[in-house]
This record gives sequence, C-alpha cells and structure tokens, in this order.
Amino acid sequence: MATDVAAAGQADGTPREGRAVRLSVRDRIALALMVTIPVIVVGGLIWFPTFASIALSFTSWDGIGGITTAKWIGTENYHQVATIYPGFWPAVRHNLIWLAYLTFVATPFGLFLAYQLDKELRGSRMYQSIFFLPVVLSFAILGFIVQLTYSQSQGLINGIFGTNVDWLGDPSINLWAVLVLVGWRHAGYIMILYLAGLKAIDPSLREAAAIDGAGEWHAFRTVVFPALRPINIVIVVVTVIEALRAFDVVYVVNKGRNGLELLSVLVTNNIIGEASRIGYGSAIAVILIVFSIIPIIVFVWNSFKETEPA
Amino acid sequence: MSDARGQSKDPGETSQARLTRRRLLVTGATGAAAAYGLSAGGASARGLSSSIFKSTAAGTVTFGANAADTPVPLKALNQSFKAFTAKTGTQVKVNAVAHNQFQEQINSYLQGQPDDVFTWFAGYRMKFFAEKGLLSQVDDVWATLKPQFASAFQNASKGSDGHYYFVPSHAYPWALHYRKSVFAKNGYTPPKTWAQLIALCKKMQADGLTPLAFTDKEGWPAMGTFDIINMRINGYDFHVRLMGGKARWDSPQVKKVFNTWRELLPYTSEGALGMLWQEGATQFIKGEAGMYFLGTFVGQAFPAAASKDVDFVAFPAINPKWGQDSIDAPIDGYCMSKKSKNPTEAKQLMTFLGSAAYENIYLNSDPNNFGANKNVNTSKYTAIQKKSAALVAKTAHIAQFLDRDTRPDFASTVMIPAIQQFLNKPEDVNSLCSSIQKQKVAIFGS
Repeated sequence: MATDVAAAGQADGTPREGRAVRLSVRDRIALALMVTIPVIVVGGLIWFPTFASIALSFTSWDGIGGITTAKWIGTENYHQVATIYPGFWPAVRHNLIWLAYLTFVATPFGLFLAYQLDKELRGSRMYQSIFFLPVVLSFAILGFIVQLTYSQSQGLINGIFGTNVDWLGDPSINLWAVLVLVGWRHAGYIMILYLAGLKAIDPSLREAAAIDGAGEWHAFRTVVFPALRPINIVIVVVTVIEALRAFDVVYVVNKGRNGLELLSVLVTNNIIGEASRIGYGSAIAVILIVFSIIPIIVFVWNSFKETEPA
Repeated sequence: MSDARGQSKDPGETSQARLTRRRLLVTGATGAAAAYGLSAGGASARGLSSSIFKSTAAGTVTFGANAADTPVPLKALNQSFKAFTAKTGTQVKVNAVAHNQFQEQINSYLQGQPDDVFTWFAGYRMKFFAEKGLLSQVDDVWATLKPQFASAFQNASKGSDGHYYFVPSHAYPWALHYRKSVFAKNGYTPPKTWAQLIALCKKMQADGLTPLAFTDKEGWPAMGTFDIINMRINGYDFHVRLMGGKARWDSPQVKKVFNTWRELLPYTSEGALGMLWQEGATQFIKGEAGMYFLGTFVGQAFPAAASKDVDFVAFPAINPKWGQDSIDAPIDGYCMSKKSKNPTEAKQLMTFLGSAAYENIYLNSDPNNFGANKNVNTSKYTAIQKKSAALVAKTAHIAQFLDRDTRPDFASTVMIPAIQQFLNKPEDVNSLCSSIQKQKVAIFGS
C-alpha cells in the first residue's frame, strides 16, 4: 500500500527525504574525510598558488634563492606589461579572436553537424565516429598535425595545391591556419554534446511543429533550439574554457611567437623558461585569471538567477 | 526474511555487509596505492624517484646532457663515458633531455634534483648561475687542468668572483659556409668585404640560387647575424658593453646594425620564420642556397659525402677599422651542480672531461667542433676542424653568442621576439630599437 511504502522508505532501502538520517561514527569519519581531503587538495593545489601568484605579481623575483629574495615593486609589472611589452596586446587580441572563432564558427558548426546526424541518416554512426575522432587527439598532437599540414616546403596543403604559402611563418595568417584545425577538433566535441541534448528533446514537440506546417529552419529556431537550453549553458562554459586555456597547439608549433602569441604562452615564457621573471609572469597570469573569472561570474549569476522561484 | 538475492533484510546485518564491502574497497585502494608507489620507485633514471636510489649507489655519477634530440653529440658522449668507466670504474648515468628544453628548464633543474655534472656553456650564462650559488667551484679540478688550456679558455671558465666553475670541452666558430663545387661551377669567390658580399648575392640571385640560407623559427639562429654585424660595424668593445647592458639599444650604432642587416634580407631564404636551422642546412646542402652563415655545428646535418665539399670563411669585414678581428665562438663544456650527491666522483668526471683524452674520443664522433685543450690530437682533424681551430686562434676577440653573453631573461623574452619583429618589418627600425631599449631598462635596471 502506498502509505506502507512511504513509511518504510523508498524501494532501495534509502531513508525518505526529510527524515533524520542516523550516521554511525564510521560514516561520519568517512564523510569528513571525503570532504576535507578534496578541499585540502583543491585549496593547496589551486587556490593557494592562485593567491600566491596574485601576491607575487607585485614583486620582482627571479625564482632563485627562496621567496625572501623577492622585491616588492607595487604595480610596476602591470605597467610594464601594458605599455612596453610588445607581445602583450597581440596576445590579448589573439585570445579574443580564439574565443570569437570558437563561439561563432566552431560551436555553431558542431551544432549543425549534431542536428544533421540526429536525423538518423544512413551511416550516421560512421559519421559520428569520423567527426569525433579529432577530439581524441591531444592538443600537442594537434600542434604536430598543424606542422605537417601547413609546413611551407613539406606540408600537405602546399603539396596538394602546389602553392608556396608560408602558413606558419607569416604572422598575418598563421593564427587562422591553426584555428582551422582547432575548430575541426572543437566542432566534434560540441557535436557529441548537442547530439545528447537533441536526443533528449521530446519528439512530440517536433511532430507538433511539423503538423503546424513549420519549415525546418523555423522549427529549429522556435522549437528545437529553445529546448536545448540546458545544454547550451554547458556548451558556453566549455567553449569559453577551451578558448582561454589554449596553449599546447601554439606552443608546439613555434613556442607561441611571431603571430601566435597567447596570454598563457606569455606566462610560461616568462616563468618557466630560462628567463625566470616570476613577478612579471605572475602579473600576466593574474590578467588571464581576471579574463577567465568574468565569464564564470556571468555564468554562475545566470544559473543562480534561474533557480529562484517564479 | 530474505529478498530475491538471498541477503537478509535485517538492518544490522545489511550494515555489516556494507562495512565489509567498504573495508574491501579501502584495503584495495591502499594496496593499489602501495603497488603504484613501489613501481614508481623502481622506474627509470629520470624523475624524483630515481634520486632516492641515486645516492646510495657508490661509484656512480649522474650526467645531464642537452643532447636527446641531437644524435651526433649524444653518441660522442656515450663513447667517451665508456672509456671513462673503463679507466676509473665509476659508472656514468646519462640523463639526456632535448637540447632547447634542457636550457629552458635550467632554473628549476638546478634548484630541484640536478645531476652531478651537466652540459653547459661558457659566458654570462654560466656566470649568472655561479653568482646565484647553483654551481660548485672546481678550482681543485683546474689545478691539474690549467697548463692545458689557453688563457682565453681559462678566462671563459671563471665566474665573476674569479673562481673556476666550468670545464671547457669544445668550441665552434660562426662562419660563412659555402660549397666548393657550387662556387667552382659558377665562378664565385668567397667575399672578404660587405660590398663583395652584396655583389656576390646579386650574382647568385641572377643564377637562380637563394644567396643566403637563413632560418629563425627557434629564435636564436638570427642572433648570430646580429652579433657579427654589430662586431664588424661597432667593434668588439661596444658589443660587450651592449650585451652587458651598458650601452643603449636605441643608439645610432645599434640602428646602423639593423639598417645594414636590412640590405642583406632580400637575398635570404623565403619564409625564414617558419624554418628550423636544419631546414636551412638542407637548402644549403642540396645546392638551392649558395651560402649559410651558421656555427660549424651545421655539419651535423650534412651527409658524410657532402660535408667534404663544404668550406667556410670568416664573415666579411664592414668597417675597415675593425676588419675581421672578432668572432662568435661559443664554448661548450661542463659544470658541476652545487647539490651534487656524489662530489668526489663528479670531480673525477670533471677532470676527465677536461682532458685531451676525453676530447679526442668526443671529437672522433662529433667532428664539427674543435677541442679546447691544447694537447688535443689534431692529426685526425677534418679540414673543417683544422680551419675552425686556426680561425679562432688567429682572431683577436672571441664572443660567446648573444644568448650566452647577456642576461637570459633579456635574450629570451626581449631579443627573440624583437629580432623576429625586425625580420617581419625591416623598415621599422626606430620604433623597434626604442622598444628594445625600454624593455632593457626594465630588465637591467638602468
């Protein structure tokens, strides 16, 4: 009987919501460990270095001899980065171009692929595998493929078309050359996410739209796309993260110089190389953190806004 | 009462079963972690785990080599170490890392778990780390080595405090290479002055060759051209002051260097910023390019038959006041880390590395350099080696190359992008020089 079931708890034995849960000491210890260990790990490996970077960005330090040798210089690093560092503003531009490209070209293309493959054409499984294959590649491998494809003397493109364009050495076009292959990978990733979302749409919605005589594009715009809203939020986050953490591809191609500057590469060049300008690199890193936090704040604000009762 | 799975629904017993499963999971997890830890500890020579085992094995010395991606020097090193072990019984554990990567990681390497002895370079690049206390003094090793080296090499091995921190092994000059057969076939003569160089370039271009092979994808090859043009136009002393941060980069002398360099650019390889030095060597050895200004290490990229056809001259004179009195001849050698775990064996190895016997074995496998030791056996020298040694011996002033003569942060974060920017926009010299000067003030402090 329904009341018996309600009284006895749910069918799998877990206590019903709202009833006080009795936790044994062992459970409490387990729970405590499961919370504190990840907090310590995240705090120690992510938040502590973040705050340390912010602090170090106001110092001048060469990384040798312990942190006591760091010299406090206030906002001098930021001033230098913004005014005399020739690579900084190009890097900011390139990061923004990367973001715009992924948002307005690669992601819609992924959505287009997902929509077509959702129609269950013949061989759609094979197409899915083909489009998803580049996602399996690491960005370092992708950088290697970029070199094989675009090398001026021995590359695939110049070989097939007989052209002699310096794809990777010419700073006005090498970013776009790299972005084509990055988009190729990103579209496959987005495609799989959208396919999952499209499968979750109630087919009766589409039938209703078809019965009402809506054309395909009209149906997509007014029925399907709004129904994809939860997936869209995930897609936006994924796209922004991929754009801001871009590093491996350009680093493998030419260490992120000569038209392929990115903020992440500037940070590594100043900190990890022989240069070892820890304070200066930290200032660039803090700028990158600020760039990254803005979309996160927007996203978090939007999702919390939605959960308010209507 | 029991359900379909045969387990009792009594709460006490279920929690008992749960505890047993949890216990199983916990023990399983700790067991797996222990097994992983042990296997990681037994892993190969690289990595933190190896250091736990490193110090306990007596009669071993570890050696860090920046030669993982250059097979010729790596083979030479391995041959030499076989001889060392045969002579002294001390084992040498080689930790080879890719060439550019080794340099880039040097800061964290020396402060972390450095090998006892490692490959390094003379010049400010070595003095810098000596000043920071990351290298061991090797004055006692030099007690026996001193008479075997010319004073130029002795001075190159000292830190700024006058103590020895470096043992030189071999050096190579930067010179203008050409193929004898190509020059004979087309009737070219090697240029001695700038005017002759430009005239020769025009002639080669008319004959369908790329006059000067030139690449700068990695960023450092073009520094050689900057160095030599600077020393030719402004003299060695100005060059040393400029590298030391004591001259202005927006001075008319430096602008003259870039403006003169610009005259040469139309005759250099197309797409230089997308090519590695090895690709330039390929162009040169295939006869597509007439000349190549690079260090004699370029011979590593030539097939054996072709390398007999290669010859070189010193870079042409520009200012008759200086003539050809300066040259970039970087000295490669070895340093001992301060944190060495086997100091006695390390000093033993350093003494061996400074000896003529070692240099003979090394140069046998890597004949693109010449030995620094006075007593090295020159009878087996190739023509190029003999010529290199002679060229450096008769040149009055020896520089170590831009990225070894100046601060590493200035060389890598400022000069590499600056030179690449120059190659993209050779007209824009004034704004380039003032940008370099501003960054130089920020880094050097004045």
